[in-house]
Amino acid sequence: MSFYKELRRYNWEEVRRSIYRKTPAEVERALGKDWPDLEDFKALLAPAADAFLEPMAQQSAALTRRRFGRTMQLYLPLYLSNFCENRCVYCGFSGSNPIRRKVLNEEEILAEVRTIKQEPFRHLLLVTGEAPQKAGTAYLEQVLRLLQPAFSQLSLEVQPLDTSDYARLAEARLHAVYVYQETYNEATYPQYHPFGRKANFRYRLETPDRLGAAGIRKVGLGTLIGLEDWRTEAWFTALHLQYLRRRYWQSRYSLSFPRLRPFAGEGFQPRVLTNERDLTQLICAYRLFDADVELSLSTRERPAYRDGVVPLGITALSAGSKTGPGAYSGNHELEQFAVNDERSPREVAEMLRRQGFEPVWKDWEPCLQQAATI
Amino acid sequence: MEKLTVAGTSFESRLFTGTGKFSSNLQMAETIAASGSQLVTVALKRVELDGRQDDLLAQIGNTGARLLPNTSGVRTAEEAIFAARLAREALQTSWIKLEIHPDARYLLPDAAETLKATEVLAREGFVVLPYIHADPVLCKRLEEAGAAAVMPLGAPIGSNGGLQTRDFLRIIIEQSNVPVVVDAGIGAPSQAAEAMEMGADAVLVNTAIAAAARPLQMALAFKLAVEAGRLAYEGGLASRHSGASATSPLTAFLSPV
Repeated sequence: MSFYKELRRYNWEEVRRSIYRKTPAEVERALGKDWPDLEDFKALLAPAADAFLEPMAQQSAALTRRRFGRTMQLYLPLYLSNFCENRCVYCGFSGSNPIRRKVLNEEEILAEVRTIKQEPFRHLLLVTGEAPQKAGTAYLEQVLRLLQPAFSQLSLEVQPLDTSDYARLAEARLHAVYVYQETYNEATYPQYHPFGRKANFRYRLETPDRLGAAGIRKVGLGTLIGLEDWRTEAWFTALHLQYLRRRYWQSRYSLSFPRLRPFAGEGFQPRVLTNERDLTQLICAYRLFDADVELSLSTRERPAYRDGVVPLGITALSAGSKTGPGAYSGNHELEQFAVNDERSPREVAEMLRRQGFEPVWKDWEPCLQQAATI
Repeated sequence: MEKLTVAGTSFESRLFTGTGKFSSNLQMAETIAASGSQLVTVALKRVELDGRQDDLLAQIGNTGARLLPNTSGVRTAEEAIFAARLAREALQTSWIKLEIHPDARYLLPDAAETLKATEVLAREGFVVLPYIHADPVLCKRLEEAGAAAVMPLGAPIGSNGGLQTRDFLRIIIEQSNVPVVVDAGIGAPSQAAEAMEMGADAVLVNTAIAAAARPLQMALAFKLAVEAGRLAYEGGLASRHSGASATSPLTAFLSPV
C-alpha cells in the first residue's frame, strides 16, 4: 500500500468539478466546523469561498497564533549543484537549458558558509538538481557532516531517494526533506516532465511514503502553482497529507506553494494564472483544514505580499535567498529562478518584529535526535 | 499561602510558565516578571547549547526565575536521556522537564518511554518533572521511579481546552506524594483557579498567556487566579451540597447512640 493506490481511487476531473460546484452555504458550513473534513476543504478552496476570504483569514490567523504563537521560523536555501538530468519544461535548471553547470566542492561550500554565517541563520535547506552521479547520497551525506558544526537544522530539497538512502542521511542528522509533487494530475504530469528520472510519476509520488518509513522527522509537500488547476492540486495535497498523517504519525508536515515565475530558458509561461488573492485563499484553506501543519513561504513572492500574508497562517519564511550554487559568495549567473523579495535576512527580521513576531533562527537541536546508550 | 517545595527547592509562586510563542524575547521576559513565576520551561531546541550568545537564555536570565529545560522534540527515552545529559552540562542545571511526544501533531506524551527515561534520569540525580497523560496509575509509577513531581495534562497542548481530564486529575491529586503540576490545556485564569481549588500544587501555562492580545495583563490575571485558587483550597471550600434535610428521615429507625 502506498499513496499511489489511494490517488487512483479518485478522478481528477470529478474532483475538480465537485470543487467548482460548492455553494456559499457549503462554505459557511465548512467555516463553522472545528474539524473540517476533505469535503469541507473543497468548499474552502472553491470559487464560492472567495466571498468569505476575510472571515477565512480571521479564523486562519487565530488558529495559527494559538498553535504557533507569535513566532516565525526563518531558513535559508543553499544551492549545492545545478546539474540536472531532467527536462522539466518550467525550470531554469532543466537539462536542456544551455547554462553553466556547477557542483560545489567542500572548499566552495565553506566559502558559502562564511558569507551565510554573517547572518543569524541556524537552519539551512540544501538544494540540488537531479544528477545522482554529480550529487548523490554519498555527496549529500558528506555535505551534511561538513555543515553540522555550523547549523542546528539541515534539510534537503533534492531528487527523490530510496528508503535506505534516507535512513543513511538520517544517521547524518538530516532533519527534514521537501519533495514537491509539482502536479498530482497523472495524465498531464508527463507533459511537464518528459525526460529523466523525474518522468516517473509514481516513484516521485511515493517519496513521502519512503521518508516516513525511514523516520525522517519533517516531510514537506507541495505542488507547483501554475501548471494545473490550483484548487484541485490543493485538494490532492490535503488528501496526501491526511494519508501520511495516519501512517507516519511521528513525522511533522510542511506545505509549500511555489508559484511559477519568469526565468531564463525555454520560456514556459504558467498555464493557469493565479493572483495573490487566490494564493491567500489557498493558505487560509490549508490552515483551516489542518491547524498543525507548517506553511512555508519562499522569496518567490514580492515583499508587500509577504508582509501582508505572514500573519494569516504562515509559519516559516526564507529570507535573503540566492538560488544558484556559489551565489552567496558572489556567483550569480547560475540561478534557478528570480527571487522577488531581495531584502536581506535582517530586513525581513525587522519587518517581522514590526508586526509583533519573534524571528526564530534556531528551532532544532541535533542532540535531540541522537540516541544514547542507556 | 503555603510555599511549594519541589525537590527541596521552595517556590513562592505556584504558577509555572513557558517561554514559547511570545512576540519577542523581551516581551517574554516582561511577561514572566508580571506573572511572578519562579520556574520557567524552555525548549532545548530553541537555545544554543554550545555557549554561544543566546538572546532567549539571556532574557530568561533577567527574570531571575529558575530554568527548567524541556526535551520537546525527542521521540524516545534514549533521545530524552541523551538530551537531558547534554542540557545538564550546557545549562548548569539538573532540572529537566521530560517531554517525550513521538506524536508530532498533538504532542501527546508517550507513557512507556517517559517512565523509562524517568527511571534512568532519577538514578543519575536529575530532578525529573515528566509531562504525561492524566493517568493516575502512571503517576504512581513515575513517583516510584523517582520523579520530583508529576505534570499531567488538562487537555492537549495549545488547545486552551481547560480541565478536560478533571476526574483523573482529582484522583492523581488525591493519591500523589509528589507535587502535581497541571500542565497543558489551561486556556483561561478561571481554569487555572479550578485546578488549584482541586488541590493541584501548581499549574504550567504558556499559550494562554503568550497568545493573548495583552500577554502582560493576562500573566497578571493568571497570577491572581492561581493565588485565589490556592487560597480557596487552603481555606477549605464549603461543601457544594445544599444542606436541605429530607422531611422523612431515612435513619430514624436506628436506635439512639
